[in-house]
Amino acid sequence: MTKAGFVVANLFRKRIRTILTLLSVVMAFLLFGLLQSVNSIFSSGANFVGATRLFVQARVSFTQALPISMLPKLEAIPGVAAVAHQMWFGGVWQENTPLIMLSLDPRTYHEVYPEWVMPDAQWQAFIQTRTGMIAGKLLADQYGWKIGQKIPISSNIWPQKNGSKAWTFDLVGIFDGKDEDWKRRANLAFIQQDYFDESNQFGIKGRVNFYILKLSDSSKAEAVSRTVDAMFENSPDETKTQTEKDFNMSFVKQIGDIGLIVRWILFAVFFTLLLVVGNTMAQSVRERVPELAVLKTLGFTDRSVLGFVLAEAFALVLFGGLLGLLLASIAGAMVERGTGGQFQLRLDGGVWLLGVVAIVLMSLAVGLLPALRARRLKIVDALAGR
Amino acid sequence: MSESMVEVRNVTKVYERGTQRVEVLHGLNLDIPRSDFVALMGPSGSGKTTLLNLIGGLDQPTSGEVQVGGSRIDQLGRSELARWRAHNIGFVFQFYNLMPVLTAEANVELPLLLTRLTAAQRRKNVAVALEIVGLADRAKHKPRELSGGQEQRVAIARALVSDPQLLVCDEPTGDLDRKTAEEILGLLQVLNREHGKTIIMVTHDPKAAEFARRILHLEKGQLLEQAA
Repeated sequence: MTKAGFVVANLFRKRIRTILTLLSVVMAFLLFGLLQSVNSIFSSGANFVGATRLFVQARVSFTQALPISMLPKLEAIPGVAAVAHQMWFGGVWQENTPLIMLSLDPRTYHEVYPEWVMPDAQWQAFIQTRTGMIAGKLLADQYGWKIGQKIPISSNIWPQKNGSKAWTFDLVGIFDGKDEDWKRRANLAFIQQDYFDESNQFGIKGRVNFYILKLSDSSKAEAVSRTVDAMFENSPDETKTQTEKDFNMSFVKQIGDIGLIVRWILFAVFFTLLLVVGNTMAQSVRERVPELAVLKTLGFTDRSVLGFVLAEAFALVLFGGLLGLLLASIAGAMVERGTGGQFQLRLDGGVWLLGVVAIVLMSLAVGLLPALRARRLKIVDALAGR
Repeated sequence: MSESMVEVRNVTKVYERGTQRVEVLHGLNLDIPRSDFVALMGPSGSGKTTLLNLIGGLDQPTSGEVQVGGSRIDQLGRSELARWRAHNIGFVFQFYNLMPVLTAEANVELPLLLTRLTAAQRRKNVAVALEIVGLADRAKHKPRELSGGQEQRVAIARALVSDPQLLVCDEPTGDLDRKTAEEILGLLQVLNREHGKTIIMVTHDPKAAEFARRILHLEKGQLLEQAA
């Protein structure tokens, strides 16, 4: 037997209690790992490495539309291979099912997004049908849409010129993703920009929410981004140019201050953990006051006994914490794979380091008071049950 | 080296419980030679366990001197006293006080974790100690799998394993039936006679006291007599 063996044996004296406490530590650190990863994603700066497309939106907000007159200027920037644009349509299917629907120019969009796969005949039909609509396969399968059907869609944002919120589109194509990752994203629908411009009541014409720049050389992403924003600086339509990934993140950021939300959740989680593990440790020491007194009788010093109790707290939190972080790492990798790399929830070195610091602090917080109590025990009183 | 294993000189022990001040021992003097086997008897509250705790270094006298094996233990600090206990004293309690989470052999090995012995040496010493108390075949059993008598034998093996010269036993048979008690007392006699251990045993039981070489009576914190 070793001292470490003695610590572990004591830890499992009440097996079920220890396992339940351990599970609470595992869950807390699993949450910690995932939430810290989310936090670091949202607090990290722009990363242009490997970007093949850039999103250009109004600097203030993407809800402020940009003029279509920007298009030739963007197309002329060195490093830009093609430019597509999109306008948010929204759209509601049947009673109250919101859809991701965007209006766009089919010709340029097809070039900028080769990841969407659809027979050429259907692309041509989309180009030639002003009331045309194409839908992702997931969406079409979900609602049983077939090519040739008229799809009634209402819009809460854009009424037609006659005041009606009901729009009808001809489904002329069903697209799918080129691979598993893109197939998972095929849950949106597109309509013609020209038709939208003509038909909306507000007379919004020649304006788009975003431009999407396809780059000829991904190493020029950062330079192109700077060129675009500089080009429209001090104009009525200042821009913010970012990678596709950062653009997607900015949607989630609209929820609120992600960092603050994460911090509050973690505070609640760790505070609860502190109570649960702290209570377990205190109870564990209370239950074996005579045993601790016997240890001292045998010649273990006050400091050794303090060390045993602290080591138990540390072992409990360390094992649970590392297991939780490991599970967070696996779950993060799965989320990353599941979203095609859009959410890189993999735990980086910083999160692991922070996790280890949290383990040490938590061990001290839950172990110190019971350990000090064990240290202060007077042998004679403890053996007499006083 | 002193001929006496234990020399207690003019020892007083006062406990303060809240506002109450209780003087348990009053200027007590005692000599116990090496290899003696002494039974301490007396009514409850007479100070037997207090005296035993002072001799075992579990508590400090309010005044007076306590010398054990040539060391003035009343002058040692808490940490020094702990280290001294580890090397010089073996304890046996009424309720065995084994660690329930450890096997018999691990319980016996516990005091050896304070030594510099290797794991192999520790195992060897544990085996010898369990052999002496006749429990070599129960080494892997946990306390709850042993009878009361067997638990007390494990406790005695734990007290012996670091080879102390002095064993202090507080009512070692108080929780055992007569037959088992006699076996345990017989074992203590063997340790005293064959292994030369000095033994001080607190007991209420006159039959248990008969196994000792000497019986000392304490009453109201003072020794009444030293009977052979």
